[in-house]
Amino acid sequence: MTTLDSSKEIQKNNSEVNEKHEDFRMFGLITFLIADGMTFAGFFAAYLTYKAVNPLPDGAIYELELPIPTLNTILLLVSSATFHKAGKALLKDKNSDSQRWLFFTAFLGIIFLICQLFEYFHLPFGLTDNLFASTFYALTGFHGLHVTLGTLMILIIAWQSRINGGRVTSQNMFPLEAVELYWHFVDGIWVILFIILYLL
Amino acid sequence: MTISIDPQKTDNESLQPKGWLRYFSFSLDHKVIGIQYLVCGFLFYLIGGTLASAIRIELASPMSDFMPRDVYNQVLTLHGTIMIFLWIVPVVNGAFGNYLIPFYVGARDMAFPRLNAVAFWLIPPSGLMLVASYFVEGAAQAGWTAYPPLSITTPQSGQIIWIMSVLLLGGSSIFGGINFIATIIKLRRPGLKLMQLPMYCWAMLGTSLLVVLSTPVLAGTLILLSFDIIANTGFFNPVLGGNVVVYQHLFWFYSHPAVYIMVLPAFGLVSEILPVHARKPLFGYTTMVFSIMGIVVLGLVVWAHHMFTSGTPPWMRLFFTIATAFIAVPTGIKFFNWVATLWGGKISINSAMLFSCGFIINFVFGGITGVALAQVPFDIHVHDTYFVVAHFHYIVYGGTVFIIFSSIYHWFPKVTGKMLSEKLGILHFIITFIGFNLCFAPQHWLGLNGMPRRVAEYDPQFQLVNQISSLGALLMAISTIPFLINIFLSVRNGKDSGDNPWNALTPEWLTSSPPPVENWEGEAPLVEEPYGYGKQFSEQK
Repeated sequence: MTTLDSSKEIQKNNSEVNEKHEDFRMFGLITFLIADGMTFAGFFAAYLTYKAVNPLPDGAIYELELPIPTLNTILLLVSSATFHKAGKALLKDKNSDSQRWLFFTAFLGIIFLICQLFEYFHLPFGLTDNLFASTFYALTGFHGLHVTLGTLMILIIAWQSRINGGRVTSQNMFPLEAVELYWHFVDGIWVILFIILYLL
Repeated sequence: MTISIDPQKTDNESLQPKGWLRYFSFSLDHKVIGIQYLVCGFLFYLIGGTLASAIRIELASPMSDFMPRDVYNQVLTLHGTIMIFLWIVPVVNGAFGNYLIPFYVGARDMAFPRLNAVAFWLIPPSGLMLVASYFVEGAAQAGWTAYPPLSITTPQSGQIIWIMSVLLLGGSSIFGGINFIATIIKLRRPGLKLMQLPMYCWAMLGTSLLVVLSTPVLAGTLILLSFDIIANTGFFNPVLGGNVVVYQHLFWFYSHPAVYIMVLPAFGLVSEILPVHARKPLFGYTTMVFSIMGIVVLGLVVWAHHMFTSGTPPWMRLFFTIATAFIAVPTGIKFFNWVATLWGGKISINSAMLFSCGFIINFVFGGITGVALAQVPFDIHVHDTYFVVAHFHYIVYGGTVFIIFSSIYHWFPKVTGKMLSEKLGILHFIITFIGFNLCFAPQHWLGLNGMPRRVAEYDPQFQLVNQISSLGALLMAISTIPFLINIFLSVRNGKDSGDNPWNALTPEWLTSSPPPVENWEGEAPLVEEPYGYGKQFSEQK
């Protein structure tokens, strides 16, 4: 039987729910990141299957150097920390501090991309040389695309958190929190990628 | 139409076009978006149906005389892709989901209305692009599965357009899925518990989980495939050291759940329709919920039963056979629950009920052949024959499309405030049901006798049965005519339905028909028992 319950308490709850938008925007973002993670999972699964069942032809070159990717791992991990700092600063209404941390994070992202390109240009194999090479470029390229988008978004929220007329303030933390979550996600994927692609 | 606008609340809506024009706008209203999905999907259904008729005309004779072989391949590829990605998935998820879910959770709109509109507007351009690819050096020829190396060696432009189009449609599907999950979990009216939701919400929650978990894998796979086609990499090209079976694994990791993405929402819709027209509570609500979630979990681990002939090792065959057989358990529970819902009910024989019963009959038949196909020895015998075609169409046409029609008959008064003609509706059902079974039942026999699918020519001994099948297809094509006449006449001057013509108890009927822009004049009603029909009956006594 239907109950048309319109007691005052429920009305109050209802209007509160309608005003509070933050929590389910974050929920939607997390759902999206799970979906995005599944794309990477597909790539990783393909890579690992190739590694297990498709031996490379004799004479195929597939050596990777460790120094640059190790540096890149450190860069991304540090950038995660600096992003966290930016969020903390904004929470205390120190907008210019927050902005500085954000620009520094974006700078680390750009250095990462430059290092990645440097590695690409100095590798002894090209995209179509062999199966390993193709998978390597597809995986790191897809991740690099994520870093590029993330860096652009960090620059946008850094601009938006300026003191006069910025949209991102301690009252409106959502843009910063959303990009931060995305950035941690991209970093996490890199760590998995680093382990699977370079260390295994 | 009665549209009431609260000037303080609906600034956005009041700026948007009114009347039929709003269906061509970037509207944020979930009801408008739902109708956009439905009508857009139906137009593509007409295109896909025309292509199906072309296939059956070609197969009425053993030689390829109606069209050249490569055109036949293009036609069957377009038919499959359009029907799956542009008709069934958008309509059974997008159309009914967008229209009903906010009502069911007691919300005024979806969680992310803009994302919702974006998700819809991705569909028409990608669909048109797909159809247009036929006129640019020919459409894709590799079937809706696009298996390499076939998809790598056939003409490239059509295949690339196909990939682009499916990627966009997959994106639209993911955005929709995120929206549904957020709406059902986060936007429920205060006081409404999860276990009080109408069954369609549960079905859409399960479907959206599958969409979010599996569609991205298809996207990744198709990106790799496009690298193979454009950039000459060798992911799936054995000549360059690649591995075609990896493509099949990744593809079916999406495309087996895709079958559940197509059929789970239909399970939900039929669970809404049956109790209303049988005047009985839905039998076994809790078991329904658990079987939906069981199907979601199992649906993710059965994909390789499509690949028993792809050199899969014995342990893998064994695992996937057992997992697939297990899926029959939750599905069987649902089937018996529907029958038990009807049992002893005060059944009204109307078009919505007839199509739902047609669904139950067809679906149990398709389900039985599905269990048969999961058995390795049998599957090896009928793999890639017309048996598979028949099984698949019993699930998606006999199952889902019957429910789409049933739902249109059921919710048409809600959307327009007009009744559909029952006479034309029953005529539509009779022709569809006979046509459908005449078309696809003989194909089981064809498959068992070894007629391969996706080939324009066949052994002349199969001609008679193929002609029976083509006759059925003709009936199915004709069945669309009374349906279209019915819709057209009812929209122009149908009988007024009133707000709740079926005396239903689910929340969408507790507002005016058609509903106001923000769904309810006041607070959303709290419906604790959406299927409390028996109680209402005994209280009236």
